[in-house]
Amino acid sequence: MILHTVNKSPYSSQCLSDCLPRVAPGDAVLLIEDGVYGINCAVSLSMTPVNETILRLRETQVRFYVLREDIKARGLDDHLKGSLFKPVDYEGFVDLVGNADKVLSWY
Amino acid sequence: MKFSIIILGAPYTDEAAETAFRFAQATLKKDHEIYRLFFYHDGVHNASSLMTLPQDEVQPTSRWQQLIEEHQLDAVVCIASALRRGILNKGEARRFSKPADNLLAGFKLAGLGELVDAALQSDKLITFGPCS
Repeated sequence: MILHTVNKSPYSSQCLSDCLPRVAPGDAVLLIEDGVYGINCAVSLSMTPVNETILRLRETQVRFYVLREDIKARGLDDHLKGSLFKPVDYEGFVDLVGNADKVLSWY
Repeated sequence: MKFSIIILGAPYTDEAAETAFRFAQATLKKDHEIYRLFFYHDGVHNASSLMTLPQDEVQPTSRWQQLIEEHQLDAVVCIASALRRGILNKGEARRFSKPADNLLAGFKLAGLGELVDAALQSDKLITFGPCS
């Protein structure tokens, strides 16, 4: 299992859309820093290619996480409600790394 | 479990060093071992002893230094990245006839072999990348 971390906003960078096609079944994706703006993907009404990919990957046991501290720092707490991304704190981040075979950092 | 951490960002430029620091703290809190911190590219600025801040602000460099001292961490600064960005220890300052040296105590200058070694010896290697 590979943990993919994404640290840039999908609204200003290709990071997330570059990462998603390389995510394999069973992998995990963690949004950190400005990457947490990606939390709005897959909840908006309009289906973008990124949204479709996330929904499709969820069916292959890919898990999606966001770093809670970075969500709080950007005032995005409300966006967690109904999101497909599960919040983790730094200790949860360490656990995700510990459980992964490798970490791929997208930046 | 043994972790090694690569830090590619300078303080104030992007969040990489901040995220890496908090991750390192959490790693130690969870009783894992940090085999090596590797400061590479602009990450070498985290090892500057000349960064001077108002006292009531977070001190990004001395905060690393305290963590390194407290937990006896191996903190390696890539020598090639460091020299070209003006981060020098006493030996390099003398060798290149520079008027000062500025590598914080607790950090050491070394080559990429130390990164390869960290990748081989650690259970996990994680990179904190810059914004650009």
